Amino acid sequence: MTVGSEPADLVSRPKYFAWIGRLSAAQRGVLIAMLIFTTMFLVYGWKQAVGLSPNMINTAANKGALLALVAMAQTLPIITRGLDLSVGATFVLSNCLASSIVVGGPVATTFGIFGVLLLGLACGAINGVIIVYGRLQPLIATLATSAVYFGVALAIRPQPGGAVNFELADFMTRSSFAVPHTVLLLLAVVVFIWIPYRRSVLGRAAFAIGSSEQAAYMSGIPINRAKMLAYTLSGLLASIGGILLTALTYSGAAKMSIANEYTLNSIGAVVIGGTSLFGGVGSAVGSIFGAFVMRTVGDLLIVFDINPVLQPLFVGVVLLVAVSLGSLRVLRIKNRLDIYR
Amino acid sequence: MSVSGVIARQFDRATLIAFACVIVLLLIGAMVEPAFLSPKYLIQQLHTASFLGVVASGVMLVILLGHIDLSIPWTIGVGGMMATGATGFLGPEWGVTLAVPFGVFCGALIGTVNGLGVAYLRAPAMIFTLGMNAVAQGLMVYHTGGFAPQDRATEFMRELAVGHLIPGIPNPLLIWIILGSAIVFMLNRTVLGRRIYAVGNQERSVFLSGVDTRKVILACFIFSGACAALTGVLLAGWANRSYQAMGDPYLLPTIAAIILGGTNVLGGRGKYVGTIAGVILITILQSMLSVVQPQRYFAQLGVDIPADTFRQVVFGAVIIGMLLIYGRQQLVR
Repeated sequence: MTVGSEPADLVSRPKYFAWIGRLSAAQRGVLIAMLIFTTMFLVYGWKQAVGLSPNMINTAANKGALLALVAMAQTLPIITRGLDLSVGATFVLSNCLASSIVVGGPVATTFGIFGVLLLGLACGAINGVIIVYGRLQPLIATLATSAVYFGVALAIRPQPGGAVNFELADFMTRSSFAVPHTVLLLLAVVVFIWIPYRRSVLGRAAFAIGSSEQAAYMSGIPINRAKMLAYTLSGLLASIGGILLTALTYSGAAKMSIANEYTLNSIGAVVIGGTSLFGGVGSAVGSIFGAFVMRTVGDLLIVFDINPVLQPLFVGVVLLVAVSLGSLRVLRIKNRLDIYR
Repeated sequence: MSVSGVIARQFDRATLIAFACVIVLLLIGAMVEPAFLSPKYLIQQLHTASFLGVVASGVMLVILLGHIDLSIPWTIGVGGMMATGATGFLGPEWGVTLAVPFGVFCGALIGTVNGLGVAYLRAPAMIFTLGMNAVAQGLMVYHTGGFAPQDRATEFMRELAVGHLIPGIPNPLLIWIILGSAIVFMLNRTVLGRRIYAVGNQERSVFLSGVDTRKVILACFIFSGACAALTGVLLAGWANRSYQAMGDPYLLPTIAAIILGGTNVLGGRGKYVGTIAGVILITILQSMLSVVQPQRYFAQLGVDIPADTFRQVVFGAVIIGMLLIYGRQQLVR
């Protein structure tokens, strides 16, 4: 939409919808993802014989929060017009490490958590160094590092197993006053990581790079530092997800299928959450709702009595539809030349 | 241009480095185990390499366009499972006769959807093909879950994967040689080949010169799907059966082989000979790791590390290391 056409649009709409027109593209994306999720979840609750119990909401929140954290991790590189195919592997690696070191007394557990978070930061920083200073394509670089991270995860935990501090795991999976603690964790991540990042100089720089790296460079924006921060924070968020997975399953497992599933679903969640795959537009908050949409698809299959083995099919279709909807702009383009790069 | 000039043009720096690495690896291997340089071992390696070579042939064309095909793991699965299960769709007689074409056709169908999405809807290839991978997986899981399908390879598929039509040359290698020659000819001597390179360099200019670039993209994705499915058919013949995750170990090696062979990830540059070098390099590397077995040394030190760890870590490290030598992008200026 061009700037010049906006006033006419606002006049033609009723006054109380005018605020929609004032929203940014990212805010509109978050709003749409919220609406889709609310609708889907209400249908889910309505189809359930017993209705929505706090217990069910807790389970749904736990499952969704795992993907939400990985999806938030995926959002940051995508905003810079990059990609991180290693989020799933970092997530699994953190899970394997956490199942070994987040054990014992409160002090040992705290150190364990810091250890896992440091590992996540390191994974992200390695990606960042290879992409920024090695100047490799994010797609290939993270595909290669994901193999390395998965290999390390396999070395830490050749067989599924391990343990986790019971109090921590129990606390993370419970809810207080019908508010699941995992939702509070997501809220904390948004308030203490995403919002400060979004408002920081390097966070703004990430958006500028995503819009046009050339222009960002010309404006003297610290491109290298901004990209480094985006990939490093991405690793941190994925490792928070890994710790949560350990708390939910009480164990660690190095499975390639888990890593692949989370990487795939994270991209789907990011797209549904209104983040542009072409960079420059997006929000981690949208990705949270995108993740919950992806998870509710699976739940809906169960209440509608559709064979659960079809879940990958539906997830894939949702992803294809989401990407194709983003492509509808092709129809609006007046000059056919603009379609081509 | 002279014939020698044409041949010399096929060997760029990346290709030479990749071939040099192959020779160095073989020499190191020969020091540990002299049988590494025997013709029997080398033919056996080329036999294994041809499965990777066939799938890499298709994906390379897509990468030359500046796109990527991440749907290959399950397209391989579709190829294998549809070929062995063809009797369920085509009846007991036609199902056996047409097993191979049917498998390849199903792969081409997946490629068609990919191509339509990328070329006509202008969806990012990376995401669209990733989604198609999940769809193919879902369909195959449903296929095996709904009714017990035939998963045994037919006699012809078995012959295709392990037989020798020409004495001394295994059939998959023969298929790879024919396919590879056709692609080299297509890329260097036909209009389509020129257009593939041109689209990879700047699609806009190709469009302005009156070419329907979307058809070029569609054709390459269909070809990529068909090649992946053909690999699936060959693998099913090789293992004498098809199984669900048969394509999973192929995604990273395929892309790695193409990139190590000097094909630019952003499209427009790359030689097929480089891809051959990359495929052989990856295959020898895999073989070396299973012969040398580094996990044994660690086991002696009392550290138990699974063999797969070394495969994954070495793979990732080699790809990054080689790319740092010759795959770096230009600085933004």
